[in-house]
Amino acid sequence: MNDYVIKASNLSRNFGDIKAIQGLDLNVEKGRIYGFLGPNGCGKTTAIRLLTGLLKPSAGEIQVLGFTLPRDAQKLRLHIGYMTQKFSLYDDLTVQENLGFIAKIYGLSGRAKRQRIDELISTYGLEQTTQQLAGTMSGGQRQRLALAAATLHKPELLFLDEPTSAVDPENRRDFWEKLFDLSDQGASILVSTHYMDEAERCHKLAILETGIKRADGSPETLMEEMGAHVVEVASSDLRQLKQSLLVIPEVITAAQLGARLRVLLKNTVADPLAFLRQQKNIAPEDTLSLVRPSLEDVFVTCTGKSRQLSKAS
Amino acid sequence: MKGLSRIQAIFSKELTQLKRDKMTFGMVIMIPLIQLMLFGFAINTNVRHIPAGIVDYSQTGLSRILIQTIGATQVVKFSQQYMNVDQAEAAIARAEIRAVLVIPKDVSQRLARHPTVGLGSPPSSDEETSRAIAQWVVDGSDTMIAAAIKSLRYMPLAELLNKPVNRSTPTFEVTLLYNPEQRTAVNIVPGLVGIILTMTMIMFTSAAIVRERERGNLEMLITTPVRPIELMLGKIIPYMFIGALQVAIILGLGYVVFNVPFNGGLWQLAGATLMFIAASLVLGLVISTLAKNQLQATQMTIFVLLPSILLSGFVFPYEGMPELAQRIAEILPATHFMRLVRGVILRDVEIIDMRYDMIWLALFTAIGLAIASFRFKKNLD
Ligand SMILES: Nc1ncnc2c1ncn2[C@@H]1O[C@H](COP(=O)(O)OP(=O)(O)O)[C@@H](O)[C@H]1O
Ligand SMILES: [Mg+2]
Repeated sequence: MNDYVIKASNLSRNFGDIKAIQGLDLNVEKGRIYGFLGPNGCGKTTAIRLLTGLLKPSAGEIQVLGFTLPRDAQKLRLHIGYMTQKFSLYDDLTVQENLGFIAKIYGLSGRAKRQRIDELISTYGLEQTTQQLAGTMSGGQRQRLALAAATLHKPELLFLDEPTSAVDPENRRDFWEKLFDLSDQGASILVSTHYMDEAERCHKLAILETGIKRADGSPETLMEEMGAHVVEVASSDLRQLKQSLLVIPEVITAAQLGARLRVLLKNTVADPLAFLRQQKNIAPEDTLSLVRPSLEDVFVTCTGKSRQLSKAS
Repeated sequence: MKGLSRIQAIFSKELTQLKRDKMTFGMVIMIPLIQLMLFGFAINTNVRHIPAGIVDYSQTGLSRILIQTIGATQVVKFSQQYMNVDQAEAAIARAEIRAVLVIPKDVSQRLARHPTVGLGSPPSSDEETSRAIAQWVVDGSDTMIAAAIKSLRYMPLAELLNKPVNRSTPTFEVTLLYNPEQRTAVNIVPGLVGIILTMTMIMFTSAAIVRERERGNLEMLITTPVRPIELMLGKIIPYMFIGALQVAIILGLGYVVFNVPFNGGLWQLAGATLMFIAASLVLGLVISTLAKNQLQATQMTIFVLLPSILLSGFVFPYEGMPELAQRIAEILPATHFMRLVRGVILRDVEIIDMRYDMIWLALFTAIGLAIASFRFKKNLD
């Protein structure tokens, strides 16, 4: 029972006519990094706001750390940390002042406050910027400051809404190292993202599309159990081949990757290589190879809209 | 006390931000300074030097003396001569002049028969003798100007004829307390304290919370254990000091530049002012929980500010207003403060003797704070 930090069932939230979240069931285990993967507007932020008690659900039940939401939202606040999608600390305060403010809000004072802030400043590499206004810092620095603020009171459960969207790849890698450190220290983390490589780092993830959960599980399971085969074709005229393959009903999508075409076939096809060999634009000298699915393949397979987008392009 | 330390956290954060916000900080000082100068010099209910014209049909020595005598009152300033009344009225329409004095051909006869001049002939009741000696045509749209010219109606004429001035005994003797020289600034400057505090206090606090919402800080704040009432108190306390600073600027300069006396007790003034600042700040908070963005907050501030200027007794006496306006005025904190501050500064009243106004401000603050805390929900719905 208590192994789950978040339990939600049949969770829905409407904004007028917009159904931002529909019938979401969610079970997040303790000590894990759980990901929400989905394109912009799919409801990631709304889901996180529902799970932090910032929004009231239109329907459904939520239990976070054993607290029933939205009733116990105020009690929950001491136990969770939330890093908003948009930077929400004060641009016109310095790093030191922002952290000092948050510390006082959580009831730290004197020596305990100073120690905790110094600790965070060194953990998140903010030593050079302590006297800098938050508004003048780089995306990566702001993101580390936001994470420091969200973890200042050592929450059991951390919500991170697209934490790396304004950050370069190197900083993204470092940031994930910090998340694994936090996870090792026992924190449970729920993180939303629209980057495949980030989603792949999560212990478990849910793929969201237009407010509906399309799939969930560990990245490995999702890739193994994906209802499709992935074949890479090396051929001379990839554009024409792509056009002719896309009209075949068994082909979910075909996307050009450098000199190869990555083709997703429905798993109703028993022998994908033989099936493709029979197609007309495949020349005998073309090489076909069955490859391991990527998370992107999973995403494309289970989100309806993206498949259409891929087919159209 | 966790609550107190959270209030203190918000309070010092607010002060730091204010210190960095040069624009707002400048306004804190410049608004009272500039408004005081503008209002202090510009508002003058003793109308003088109204631009006026003359149509003189008689062209006699007497008419010229008449013109000089009227000019000497300084109520009007004659600047133009016109051939006839039509030309003069056209000039009024063009706003070249606000009034015209029409002197008829027979001004000498009229003067001779005029009862106040009394050239021996017994006061007569027939048409001829009770006629005025000349006529004013006035742009009556501005009632203040009209009233100033009307005050000339019974101007004594005896000195026109070099007669010894026969000062008659007035029916009433009038003793003017508190402002014997009748300087407008004496009434305006203390009132200005109320207007400027209404403007700045409501504006700053209403913007303070809306800004956090617009910049996204609120989403972070409401996931912390801060309670609405703590947030509200932490936000308004810094502005109480700012309000006090503004009062000091206005009254200090009022004393130096406009020679406005300070007759009352400093503690009495502090008591009344803090009460009013609190009421205005809380009103700002209520607005901030209603407004969706800073523009709306500003619009609502103006919505409160205008009646505070016009109905509070700042410019027009409260007693002269129709009952409905008086009722509205009673709701506004500015009206109560206007009475208190003029009472304390000009008449050395103790606020305990004006407790009705004090109690009302206290009630307004308490109810407003309750509404603001209640309306400020800790979620984004
Ligand atoms: N406060 C709101 N009012 C109205 N519509 C909203 C609101 N918040 C989100 N939405 C809508 O709900 C959907 C999901 O938005 P969001 O949760 O922000 O998606 P994501 O974070 O995945 O980009 C979008 O269609 C968005 O327009
Ligand atoms: Mg979002």
